[in-house]
Amino acid sequence: MTAGAGTGPLLSAEDIAVYFPVGSQLAAAVRHQPRMLHAVDGVDLDLAKGEALALVGESGSGKSTLALTLAGLRGADRGQIKLDGRVLRANRSRADQRRIQMVFQDPYSSLNPRLTVGGMLAELLKVHHIVPRGEVTAYSAELLRLVGLGEDALRAQPRQFSGGQRQRVAIARALALRPDILVADEPVSALDVSVQATILNLLRDLRAELGLTLLLISHNLAVVRHLCDRVAVMYLGRIVEIGPAAALFANPRHPYTRGLLAAIPRLTVAPDQAEKEAEEGPAVAGDMPSALRIPAGCRFRTRCPIAQDICATQDPALLHDPADPARQAACHFAFGTAPLVPAAAPAAAAAPDGPDGPDVPRQRQPGQRQTGPGLRKE
Amino acid sequence: MSGDWAGGAGGAGGRLLEVRDLHVQIPTRRGTVRAVDGVSLEVAGGEALGLVGESGSGKSMTLRAILGVLPSEAKVTAGQILLDGVDLVPLSSSDLNKIRGPKMSMIFQEPMSALNPVMRVGQQIAEGPRVHLGYSRARAAERALELMRRVGIPDPERRFRAYPHEFSGGMRQRVMIAIALSCDPEFILCDEPTTALDVTIQDQILRLLARLCAESGVSLIFVTHDLPVVAQLCQRVAVMYGGQLVETGDVRDVLLEPRHPYTLGLVRSAPDIEEVRESLVPIPGSPPSLVSPPSGCRFHPRCAFAEEDCTVLPTPLRELAGRPRARSTACLHYERCEDAAGAGRAVP
Repeated sequence: MTAGAGTGPLLSAEDIAVYFPVGSQLAAAVRHQPRMLHAVDGVDLDLAKGEALALVGESGSGKSTLALTLAGLRGADRGQIKLDGRVLRANRSRADQRRIQMVFQDPYSSLNPRLTVGGMLAELLKVHHIVPRGEVTAYSAELLRLVGLGEDALRAQPRQFSGGQRQRVAIARALALRPDILVADEPVSALDVSVQATILNLLRDLRAELGLTLLLISHNLAVVRHLCDRVAVMYLGRIVEIGPAAALFANPRHPYTRGLLAAIPRLTVAPDQAEKEAEEGPAVAGDMPSALRIPAGCRFRTRCPIAQDICATQDPALLHDPADPARQAACHFAFGTAPLVPAAAPAAAAAPDGPDGPDVPRQRQPGQRQTGPGLRKE
Repeated sequence: MSGDWAGGAGGAGGRLLEVRDLHVQIPTRRGTVRAVDGVSLEVAGGEALGLVGESGSGKSMTLRAILGVLPSEAKVTAGQILLDGVDLVPLSSSDLNKIRGPKMSMIFQEPMSALNPVMRVGQQIAEGPRVHLGYSRARAAERALELMRRVGIPDPERRFRAYPHEFSGGMRQRVMIAIALSCDPEFILCDEPTTALDVTIQDQILRLLARLCAESGVSLIFVTHDLPVVAQLCQRVAVMYGGQLVETGDVRDVLLEPRHPYTLGLVRSAPDIEEVRESLVPIPGSPPSLVSPPSGCRFHPRCAFAEEDCTVLPTPLRELAGRPRARSTACLHYERCEDAAGAGRAVP
């Protein structure tokens, strides 16, 4: 009950698993147990007050399912979620629901087309008794001001707004209940590039202004880099690497994180670099396996450039980096215990370009693409 | 890949596809939408041209007009589309059908809706060679298998008999590419082919396209809103705004040293993975109405550098003087971008 004790994490997920039944009911009955898709498969995650954490990964990695579960919009099949150290019930009380609010990806389908913005906010405020009835309109207008919309927006319907404005309305709706945690699931991926920037800036300002804790789900690592302090990389229902954003982007520990970063097209690639890269293979080969057939051992080994025999048999745990306790990775070779490079190029990795040669040999690194005068041209 | 696109100026490669002053209009109840309003482009052999813009800029309409697959209500009202000197605009659809396939083909954004869901993928790939090249059933099937291998579909003999729903998004896009390649076209028109894909799969597809271009000398027109994708794949870029071209040139020239405020805005508004900026610089306002576009430069209501003359003078693309390679901008005051870009970019 003592909110904001300050010591523990604000939100804490322990061993969360979410399964979906798939296939026919009949087959399930014959087999006596339904076939299950393991969307989220044992995730521990702490969210400190005021921080911005990103969940990244390919589609199907379980990041959205995890977000919905944390927001209380769907139940977990295993594990528990704690808010201020208190375990949340499966069906949360209204007071608990209020503290975690969500912004969805598609502002065209997540707003009720038949309600005016004022009506939408008023309904919410009355149900949750946020302000006295007489102050609902004034408070709604205040909310809209907060997200950069005028008061006349109260009387407008969603269809009268552009995509960016709709997303502002969605954010205002999420903020109406004065949440502690805002969960944003791909909040800008449905928007045009020039509009994305306004929403990203808004989220950033709101965080500073209201002291919001932000959980951002995004496949766009540049967006993540812009907004978040900490990043959790998901793969097939598990977190494979988590750590402070700057360190993780500069020196990824898990081969999947390295691949994800290397796969991002960059605006500022030197021509010779581009040609060199065209020769190389893809950053991550193949497709993510189906969550119905999760590989034994390490889940990433089927696409991993450095997989060894041990990877097929032992599932690596998410371990702390001995050099930096803020970082964790789930790879047998994450912290320099064994060869980290593909067998083909050990010599190249042994000669890093800088004088501060890292003790851990690395694969091709995104951070190294742009050394020195990055924007230099021919 | 043919790194020297000097061919774009009429050199070794020669001009193969030329769009001259293209206008596409769509009549609606609210008035005529001028979706494409005077676009001129050239694509030389072996070259990849990126056509960039936001939704509603007319980039997809331009692409569809080239292939003659405009929505039924949209019409080409003026301009020429010259393929090896032959104008495609007046051609009948049966004449166009002889060109689609062997000369030009297209890759769409959503492979699931572009593929036939009830036809085996092998047959879909074999259909082109059978119809356009007169291959026998067996020879077309052989060709399909070879294409599936070339685009990196594992186990092609087995996957030949699969249906599109049995493929992942990335594999479906490979099938689309195999279909596009099936009649050995000179041009492949790509409409956001990687937008619906994960970044790792996008990387695979972009590499595949780059390799195919290098191997077979096929030219690409690549429509996207994603500037970094263009930087990775294309040699030249054309930026569209409000149905018109606002800037063209070598990809790195344009993206690193924009000479149009809209391009500059696009570059500055996107977050960058390499450097974290305190705050992004959005482009104020919203895209122009294409029914009654602003007078003068269409970007002027959103432009920080706009002057009196921007609101009245027409702004055709003009070649920049003193450039080694062809580089054009529609901005009357493009020098200001130079100053702004220099000040805005944190040089490491």
